[in-house]
This record gives sequence, C-alpha cells and structure tokens, in this order.
Amino acid sequence: MNLQISLLALVQLVLYALLAPLVAGWIHWVKAKLQNRCGARIFQPYRDLYKLFNKEARMAHTASQLFRASPYIVFTATLLAASAVPLLSINLPTAAIADIIAIAGLLALSRFFLALAGMDVGTAFGGMGASREMLVSALAEPAMLVAVFTLAMTAHTTNLASLVGFQLTETFVLRPSFMFALAALVLVAIAETGRIPVDNPSTHLELTMIHEAMILEYSGRHLALMEWAAQLKLLLYGTLLTNVFFPWGIAQDLSLTSLAIGLLSLIAKLLLLGIILAISETVLAKMRLFRTPAFLNLALLLGLLGMLSHVILEIGV
Amino acid sequence: MNLELVPMLQQIMLVLASMVLLISFILMDQVRLVAAIHTFAWQGALIAAITTIVAISEGHMHLYFSALLTFTLKALLIPWMLHRQVRKLELDHEKEALEHPVIASMIAVALVIFSYWLVLPIVQQELIFTRNVVAISLAVVLIGFLIMVVRKQAIAQVLGFMSMENGLFLAAVSATSGMPLIIELGVAFDVLVAMVLFGIFFFQIRESIESLDVDRLNHLSESEKE
Repeated sequence: MNLQISLLALVQLVLYALLAPLVAGWIHWVKAKLQNRCGARIFQPYRDLYKLFNKEARMAHTASQLFRASPYIVFTATLLAASAVPLLSINLPTAAIADIIAIAGLLALSRFFLALAGMDVGTAFGGMGASREMLVSALAEPAMLVAVFTLAMTAHTTNLASLVGFQLTETFVLRPSFMFALAALVLVAIAETGRIPVDNPSTHLELTMIHEAMILEYSGRHLALMEWAAQLKLLLYGTLLTNVFFPWGIAQDLSLTSLAIGLLSLIAKLLLLGIILAISETVLAKMRLFRTPAFLNLALLLGLLGMLSHVILEIGV
Repeated sequence: MNLELVPMLQQIMLVLASMVLLISFILMDQVRLVAAIHTFAWQGALIAAITTIVAISEGHMHLYFSALLTFTLKALLIPWMLHRQVRKLELDHEKEALEHPVIASMIAVALVIFSYWLVLPIVQQELIFTRNVVAISLAVVLIGFLIMVVRKQAIAQVLGFMSMENGLFLAAVSATSGMPLIIELGVAFDVLVAMVLFGIFFFQIRESIESLDVDRLNHLSESEKE
C-alpha cells in the first residue's frame, strides 16, 4: 500500500513535468486560432525545450556561480511545490508533508532565486525585471494567503489534499466565501504566472516585460529549465484552481479505474481552463505596470471579503 | 456550522447579499462616473432580487410589490436620470480617482467588521433566516457614508447617498421582512424627489463654480482670483 502511494506520487510528479509544456502549447494554439493565425502545433513547447537542451549554454563574463545554479534551484523548487498539489488522486504522501503555506514558501524560494539571477549579470533589464517581479509578488502573496485562509476556515485545514477531500464529501452548497476566494485566487494566479493583463509572456518588448526581462541572459539548457519552470508554475496554479474548487472526478482510492477517471477529468478541466485563459488573454489588453498594485489590491479585497462573508454569513446560520 | 441544511433559495440569497457588499466596494473605487452609475444600477437590481427571494420563502405578498418598486426605481429610473444629467453636464468622460484607494478600501473593510460586531446581539436573537444579512446591510450603509466622505465629485456623492438608502432598505427587508407598503411608497417617493432636487443642485453648483468638484466650495472666490 505504502509502496503504491509512493509510486503514485512519483507518477504524478513525472506527469506534472510532462504535462506542463502541453498546457502551454494548448493555450498558445487556442490563442492563435482566436486571433486568426495558423499558430504553432500543440507539441511545439516540447520541441523548443528539446532544442534548448541540446544547445550550448553561454554565460556572461560577469556571471557568478549563482547565475549557473539558479535554473536548477528554480526548477526543483517549482517541481517540489507542484508535487504537493493533488493532480490525479488525493492520496499524496507529499501533501501530508507540505500544506499550501509550504507551497507558497517554495514558490517564493524559486522567485527569490529567479530575481537574484536576473540581477546577477548586471544588465539593466535583468535588474528592472527583478524589481518588477518583486513588486508583483509582494502584493500577490498576501492576497493569496488571505484567500487560502478563507478556504482553510471552512475546511479546517491548510492541507490541500484534505481540502479537496472536504470539498468532495460535502453536498453541493453555495458558499459566498468560496466564490470570493476563487475570484481572488484567479487574479493572484494571473499575476504570479505572468499572464495578460499583468505581464505578457509572448513579447520581449523591453519596457513592459517582467518575467522575460529576468531570463534574458540565459541560453541553452539553463533557459530551457527556466521556461519549463514557468510552464510548471502555470500548470500548478491551474491544477490548484480546478482541483480545489471543482474537484469532481479526482481519484479517492488507488484503483486503476478511478485513476483513469481522474486523469480524464483532469485533462478535460485543463483543456477548458486553457480555453478560458486564451479567450481572456485575447480580449484583454495588458495593463500599465503602475496599475498592477490596484489589480492586486482588488485580489486582496476579494480575499478579505471572502473571509468576512464566511464569518458573517456562513457561521451564524 | 451547517450551511448544508439551509434551503437552496436562502443560500442564493446569502450569495446575493455578499455581492451587494462587493458592489459597495466597487462603487467606492470606480473611477469612471458612467461606470459607477451602472454599478449602482446593479446594486439596485440585486436588492430587488433579494427582496423577491425573501418574498417567495416567507410568502409575503407586499414584498413582491416592493421588489418591483425597488427594481424600477433603483435599477432603472434613478440610474437613467443620473445618466441623463451626466450627459447634459457633459461629464461622460469624467474620471475621478481616489487619492488613497487602498486606505479607503481598508477603512471600508474595518467598517464591515465594525458593523458585524454591532449586530452580533441581533444575530444571537435567532429571529428569521435573514438575520445574517443585517450586518451586511449596515455595512452597506456605512460604506455609503464613506463614499460621501472620500469622493469629491457631486454625482459620485449622490451615488453614495443612494447606496446608503439601498442598505437601509436591505436592513428593513432582512430584519423584519420589509416595512409596510405605505411607508415603502413614501420612502421611494422621497428618494425620487431627492433625485430631482440633486439634479437642480448639480446645475447650480456647476453654474457657480464651473465644476462638480465639491471641495472647491471650500475656497473663497476672492482668494482664488489672486
């Protein structure tokens, strides 16, 4: 039994790493179709990663060891964080170790090294991107934690696997607090994964870029790891949102059929999420950087309102 | 806590009540005047929906009338009148950002907590199922006050005043399943007359200081000429 669970956790970890480029490719493809372009094929991100891994990694003269180590730290921390988010099944040994606060911590660690690496070479863009990333994340983190605490107050746990389990056992209930928390987490996820309207992942327009500015100096396998980590982060937030708020189909035992159902429902949910994200990125325009604090303030406000409506409307019933 | 035992209709009402509170926050931070008027119209529509739900589940006939009255007045007539005035005064593209939006919304959050603390004794009385909404409606009233304090634009202040009235109406519906119809008609008429008077005031203020920024009324006209 224990061996099975560990094996499942391992499978899930590999699945995370393998699915992440596919999700990014799917979003690209849908976006291209919406904009009347042919678009690259869905599997293009795999080819990009393959190409980058086979290329020579060049370093700037001013780069230190930190610059060399950062891609590995960023990728590992993101993958570890992802491993604690239930993907197919809620029986996760990793989820028992790491709750959502630990996930936020791991993501903060990866972001810290990303920002350091951005500043390490000493180019203007790297420093600019790092400072912007820190601005966004410093505002996004409290909003995320408040939204998570709203969920935790209802489910009496910060452990994601138990949270999903709680959602599954409960009969269908309309909770205003969950709606606010969902809205807050969506805004946080958009800001953290660097999507429109906070950051545009597909341009290298120097004045507006955040994430791209930090990894501008990377090449070869380092760049591949950085991009893979970014795709993983997108998948992590996507799974977090879908599995916590819409947990239908996720496997509760270890039988093969329920795992297959879990996989199918996961794919369906991710496809749908990708379409929604692509549509929102097509109709929205990128905000000015100085509007970002207002955007994240809205997320914090939604989180706080979720918490308040839980206390006011749901407890006294 | 056992939200699962509460009927679906009342769960929907709780969701709608929390949306009313959210709209109060949006109304306060809304930069564009026309969008703020639309936001206000949505608040009226939500309150009409809540009244309808209370009417269905409590079976009070007169609440249907007051829901209809609220909808026509708060969601259609008053927003339309405000809209017309904004067009007449050529304020369609008027923008007014708050000086400190974050502080304003944190004060509003504090007001919500304060009103929750204030109505705790009422909630413990176990009256009817809507008692939890009383805190929300009090918070809407207080945020309406806050809107009148922090906004400088006269029309935005009127929106704050009107949303305060929305909160009072919600309190009446949720605490005692509505006022007698005759009082409601009187209040509705009052609000309508106030709206007409505000319209006249807008034009007067505009004529005398050539702006609707009420803060400029604090300056002496002589000192401005210097």
